[in-house]
Parts: sequence; C-alpha cells; structure tokens
Amino acid sequence: MNQIASLPRRGFLQVSAALGAFTLGIRPPEAAAQGAAQGTTPATAPEVNAWVVVKPDDSIIIRIARSEMGQGTLTGLAQLVAEELNADWSKVSTEYPTPGQNLARNRAWGNMSTGGSRGIRESHDYVRKGGAAARMMLVEAAAQGWGVPAAECRAANSTITHQPSGRTTTYGKVAEAAARLTPPTDIPLRDPKDWTIAGKPLPRLDTVDKTNGRQVYGADLVLPGMLNAAIRDCPVFGGKVASFDAAKVAGMPGVKKVVPVGETAVAVIADTWWRAKTALDALPVTWDNGPNAQVSSASIAEVLKAGLEAPEAAVGNRAGDARTAIAGAARRVEATYGYPFQNHATMEPMNATAVWTPERCEVWTPTQNGEAALAATSEAAGLPPGRCEVHKIHLGGGFGRRGAVHDWVRQAVEIAKQMPGTPVKLLWSREEDMLHGRYHPITQCKLTGALDADGNLTGLAMRISGQSIVAGIFPQNIRDGRDPVVFQGLSPGGEEGAFGYAIPNILIDHAMRNPHVPPGFWRGVNLNQNAVYVECFMDELAHAAGKDPLEFRRALLKNSPKHLAVLNAVAERGGWGQPAPEGRARGLAQIMGFGSYVAACAEVSVNPAGELTIHRITAATDPGHAVNPQQIAAQVEGSFVYGLSAALHGECTVAEGRIEQENFDTYPVMRMAEMPAVEAILMPSGGFWGGVGEPTIAVAAPAVLNAIFAATGKRVRQLPLKHADLRRA
Amino acid sequence: MARLNINGRVVEIAAEDDTPLLWAIREQAGLTGTKYGCGVAQCGACTVHVDGVATRSCSMPVSAFDESQKIVTIEGLSPDGSHPLQRAWVALDVPQCGYCQSGMIMAAAALLAANPKPSDADIRGEITNICRCGTYNRVQAAIKQAAGGNQANG
Ligand code: FES
Ligand code: FES
Repeated sequence: MNQIASLPRRGFLQVSAALGAFTLGIRPPEAAAQGAAQGTTPATAPEVNAWVVVKPDDSIIIRIARSEMGQGTLTGLAQLVAEELNADWSKVSTEYPTPGQNLARNRAWGNMSTGGSRGIRESHDYVRKGGAAARMMLVEAAAQGWGVPAAECRAANSTITHQPSGRTTTYGKVAEAAARLTPPTDIPLRDPKDWTIAGKPLPRLDTVDKTNGRQVYGADLVLPGMLNAAIRDCPVFGGKVASFDAAKVAGMPGVKKVVPVGETAVAVIADTWWRAKTALDALPVTWDNGPNAQVSSASIAEVLKAGLEAPEAAVGNRAGDARTAIAGAARRVEATYGYPFQNHATMEPMNATAVWTPERCEVWTPTQNGEAALAATSEAAGLPPGRCEVHKIHLGGGFGRRGAVHDWVRQAVEIAKQMPGTPVKLLWSREEDMLHGRYHPITQCKLTGALDADGNLTGLAMRISGQSIVAGIFPQNIRDGRDPVVFQGLSPGGEEGAFGYAIPNILIDHAMRNPHVPPGFWRGVNLNQNAVYVECFMDELAHAAGKDPLEFRRALLKNSPKHLAVLNAVAERGGWGQPAPEGRARGLAQIMGFGSYVAACAEVSVNPAGELTIHRITAATDPGHAVNPQQIAAQVEGSFVYGLSAALHGECTVAEGRIEQENFDTYPVMRMAEMPAVEAILMPSGGFWGGVGEPTIAVAAPAVLNAIFAATGKRVRQLPLKHADLRRA
Repeated sequence: MARLNINGRVVEIAAEDDTPLLWAIREQAGLTGTKYGCGVAQCGACTVHVDGVATRSCSMPVSAFDESQKIVTIEGLSPDGSHPLQRAWVALDVPQCGYCQSGMIMAAAALLAANPKPSDADIRGEITNICRCGTYNRVQAAIKQAAGGNQANG
C-alpha cells in the first residue's frame, strides 16, 4: 500500500460549499430528515472517497449514484460497497450525490442512469473498488497512527486491528486521517464466493419509512412559499394550444396565474394543487390538433401489416438461407402476432418542483437519470448546467418512464420561469399521465418455420414490423434504418439478449414503422414482445411437429447450456411431464436478455365460461452473480405482475390521434385476486453480471399463453388477452 | 370550511366543499402519507379509515364529514410504526417503490379489524388496491403473518 501518501485531496465538502454559494437556500423540510432522499452530507462528516463517508460515531454513509424506484438497487449497491469496505452493515445508511455535484467533480460517480437493469451490472466494478479503496485508506491511516506497517493490520466490521499487538481502532476514529491520504490505484477485489454482506438476502435499507407514511416522494414535496401547478398538454400528439381564456378562471379560489407551457400545453398555478386542477378543468382551451388528428389504432395496424410484407427491412440475425429452407420445407408453419401500446402507469404520476431565477434553477424530481434531468433543466431554464441543480427523490415507480426523456421536468421549469423566485410543484393528474406517456412500442410479427419430414426445425423467418424506441428517443443512434434494441433476445450474440436456438437457416429482420405516438423504454423493453413471438411460435412449431414443447426446445438449445439450464430447472420444478392437477395445464418459455438467462413454467386453468386462472408460475433466473437473493425474488415476482398486467389487460388504443384510456377504469392492471403463486429459482452460475429488474418479466406472458393453448387448444396471438374468447370451441 | 377529526386531532380545513378528503388531508392537514394515484376510487393509494372503515379518500368531498367522524391516516395508525401489520411489512420487506403501501396497509388494517383471521380468499377478495411494482404476494403473506400465522388457509 505504498501508493498511499499523505497528500491533501480536493474534497466533497469544498464542492458542496461552492454549490451552496449558488443555492437559493431552499431545503425541503421533511425530506431533509431523510438519509437517502436528497441532498448532501452535513458538513461535519469526513468523506474518505466519493463513495464512502464515515462519521466520528462510526456511522457510514454510502453514496448511491443510481436511483431507487422500488427495484432495491439502493440496498444492493450499498451491499457491494460495504462488502469491500468491511463495514459494520448495521451502521450503514445511504445518500444520493446530486447530478450537479457529479458534474462539478468530473463525474466522480460515473453514470447516473438507472434503466435497462443496469444499476448493478454496469457499476459493480467501480463501486466495489470505491469500497475497497476506502478500506485500504482507513487501514493505512490506522497503521500510520500506530507507526506500524499496514500489512500487519486487518479490518473487519468497521474495526481495524493491529494483529501483532492486538490494538484496535474504529473507522470513525481514523476517517479524517484517511481522507487526507492519496487513494490507492491498485485495488484488488474479493472473490464473490467469499462475500459476507453482498450476496446475502439482507433486508432493504428503505423499508421502514415506506410503512409509516414518512417516505417523501416528489408528489409530497413541500417547499417554503411553494405554489402548485396542474397542466394539460394537447391530447393529440403533434397538436398544440390554439387559445385559452385565462380570464374565465382567474377569479377562482387560490388561482395565481394561468400560463402557456411551450406551444402545446397550458398550466394553472394556484396555492394548492386541488385548486389548480379545479381551475384547469374549468379553463376553456381550444386545440389545434395538428397533422395526426385522423390517426387511429386501425390505421396504425394497417401500416404495420404492410410492413410485414415490405421488401426492405433491417437484418438482426441471419444464418444460412431461411427463404430457401422454407420454400423447400416438408411442412411450413406460419403465424402473425401483435403487441399493443402500453402505458407505464407508475403509481406516482409525473411531477417536478422547480424554482427559477435569472441566475439559477433548481429542480426536485423523481428521476431514473439525474444527469439527463439536469440537462433537461438546463435547456429549459436557459442556463448552463453549472447554474442548475437537480435533487433526486425516491421514485413512486419508474419502469423506464422516468429515464430517457424528462418532458415533465421541462414543463416544470417552463412554468417556474413564469414565477421567478417562487418554487412551483407541477403534478400531473392520472389522466394527464395516461395521455402523455412514452408508450411501450407497438409491433406485429410474422413468423414462418420450416420443418423437415422428421419434424426438425430447419429454417425460421421472423419479420417484425413496427415502432422503434431508439428512433423515437435517440434518432441519432439509428444507422441504416437499423435499431439494434429491436432485436433484444433475438441477436446472434451479445449480453442484451442472445438467441439460444441453433437453427441452420434463420432470418430475423425489422421493417421500421413509426406511428406518431411517442415510444419509450418500458420495463422489459423489446424482450417482452420478442419473447411472446418466439416462445409462442416455438410452441406452435413443436405441436405441428408432434413433439413435446420441452423436448423440441431442448434439441435446439443443445449449444446454449445456460439457456438450457434455466429451462430444465423450471420444467423440473414446475412438474413438466407429470400430470397437472385436474383441469390445469402448463406452458413453458425461455429467453435471454439484459445479461441474464430466464425461463418460466406457468400452470393455468380456463373454466367453461372462458375465465382464466393463473395458478402458479415457476421462474428461473441466472444473473451470473446474485447480490441480494431475496430482492431478486421480489423483482421476479414484481416483474411478473407488470408483465402479466400487460398480457392480460394492458392496451392503449388510439382514436383521432389521441390515446383513449385515461385512468385505471379503462386501463385495468393486475390486482391481487389475479396474482399467481410465484416460485423464483435463483441459479447464479457466476462469471458474469446480468440484470434482474427486467429479464424475467418477458417469460411470464408466453408461458401463460402456451399454457392457455394446452388448456383450451386456443392460440392467442394478439395481446392483451382480454379480447380473446377462451371458451372451448 | 370544515372541521375534521384526523388522527385524534380536530383540524380546521380551509377548502371548498367539493374538495376531496384526500386533498384536504394532504394539502390542508399536511399529512402526505396518504397518496394520490387515480382520483377515481380505482387504485386505493388514498385509503384512510373513517370510523374504522377503509375509505378511498379521493372520492369523498370534505363536505361529507364533520368532526364526529374519526379519520385515521397512515400517520395515525400507530404512534411508532408498531401496528402488527407495519411490523409484518418490515419483517417481510414488502414495499418496493412504496408509493401504494400506505393505502395497502390501511386497507389491510381495516380488513383485520373486521376479520382478525382472514383466509387467503378473504384477503384476495378484500384487498383490491393497485400495486404497480407487484408486491401482492408479499402483501398477502404479511397480512397472514400479522393475523398470527397461517392457520386460516383457504
Ligand atoms: S387515489 Fe383514490 S383510489 Fe386512487
Ligand atoms: S410498491 Fe410500488 S406501487 Fe406498490
């Protein structure tokens, strides 16, 4: 540890002080009491490095760059740091560094984006190194204090022991000295098999406040002198405000101001949100509905259907010659599937609180990407990022809605600009949230399979037609009309989803057709519909070939041992091959995505009235390394609710250019009564880091659809299931 | 102007008569543990107790109340988070994002008050709150645990 020398370092506190010079001096009172909700460490706590703060009383604050939205990343990332730190876990709490601090410190915390199940899989290396480096510095500081070599000292449970003499000290006592050392550059990490904090099913750090009402969400924020805003954006995407009559509501209780928000929206600012919303509902607005006012679900479906046969398409996976194989097949099987628009419908509607002056702008918001929120703030405020700040707040659900685009943050800043110096909280109504989502993309898929005389699959053609999320959000990343994310789970290789089946002739391509409805990354992203398309069609092929769906898949997965292992696990545990309980039937699905291998076996029954019951789902996940097994189980279970909500009910339809569903009465989601028992099998095989928040979601729907076929003989090829008549023919 | 008895305290509410109880609780009484999720009695995030009965506060005007009715919010369920449900929630690590959980706990508390040993079917029939994070199975398990084990299966 010779590289640690006693040099003063530029510290967190100096930067905090510099930011403080800009600050408008507004701190949210309730939130200030919360460790992780926002803000910086009190000025007395020494920072050992960017990730670790140790207070004199031995309490430890671990800084978390990614956002907690329910997926447990806050606890998982803290476990990884604490593991390498040899911390006393009972003394650990967490906080978010702000995006402004990240900017000021040359991105000391790296990427803040929290999506694509990347929280842990992309940052495990440097956060563990952060913990390890801090431990090395604390040990070195203790050794220097004793005048002994650091190599004679050991750290455990936040205590450092000089082994030859038996002397001990604690992290809190040496933290200040440690903070003055130069960080090590050679930082060995522990083998995951030796983990004692990471890898364990520890309780979450953020549970208690979520059981007593104390957790402050963005929607709950109250700042001194704050006003509230309710907004209505043109319900037709691409339309704008023609006019509004502010005078009609100016005298209503509590109303302060009626303001345009960009060209497309109008907001009412009032003392309370309810009064703002009441006045907004009464506000006469005329819309210029723009060029998309005639678009409907039917017209979109026609465009996608044409794409299924279009000569031009971007190739995602090609081997051999699928067309020739299909032309010469002993038996051809063909099917067309479809997957609708869906809203994220986070329980907490979009919201942000902003305060703007000509010199500075600050925003408090639940965001999956603090840096992107800062960029949106800066643009909307007309101020450089260094004069803006974003305070992250725990999210009341994210699922991808609060990551890539920060439309609500822009709106909040534009509203606050019209009330300089006054904090204004913008909260969307549920209706606004439903009408202005960033929707799960709409696609159709035509699959054609070639079977030889023995029922072997010799060729597969898969044409996806429809929307590209990347084209909608990051159009600069589209090359030659190709969106690589469309092929999640279908690619020849790569960690975002390698197609496991060995088929000699294969062609998977995408005819991009982008309706005007804005798409977004939606938990599970494109893996959701791709798993439905491939795994239901595999089931169709198996039946056409007269083979058992498990055996049919096994033969094709012989070169994909990890795909095969999770499939075998659910087949065994789910009772595949054994008789199902009276009236029930089973279905299988497997896929790889977000770096993990997943499979499911669903058991369902359908009564004579055609009503479906999903009794149980056995799910297996191989994420490589498992950081918190009980939270992974929670993610698997939770993602099934999300995935099954989509499969059973989720559909946003379009009429006259706008979304028709405005609330949960017309956009039903899964409730407890529909929830199956879920058995999550965690089988981390080591050697890689896969995500857990998303991948398993994708196998729920196809496993259920295949079980429905087994129960009823009916293939459901268009989701959601609520449109299907499942009564036995 | 309404006078409401919230968590044992009488609060003066300076709001129009048609203001939903939810917004009076959140914006006038300043108790933000009760959440807004839909505003149309669909999701249950706004559930409070009115004289012990689980009530979706977004869909009741303040004018329907006076100080004779006892309104209890998540903040008033127990003084220190020690209600058996809250303890079970912590023991089983039920919440994910947590946004729906105040409403879940209040709905569950009203259920247990009326039916101390609910069966799984009772729970699944009575708890109709929406959780988009998908905590349903842990919610069900925690209600059973708070009710004192698994003796009432079915
Ligand atoms: S907010 Fe009251 S039921 Fe949804
Ligand atoms: S815990 Fe997130 S909505 Fe229920």
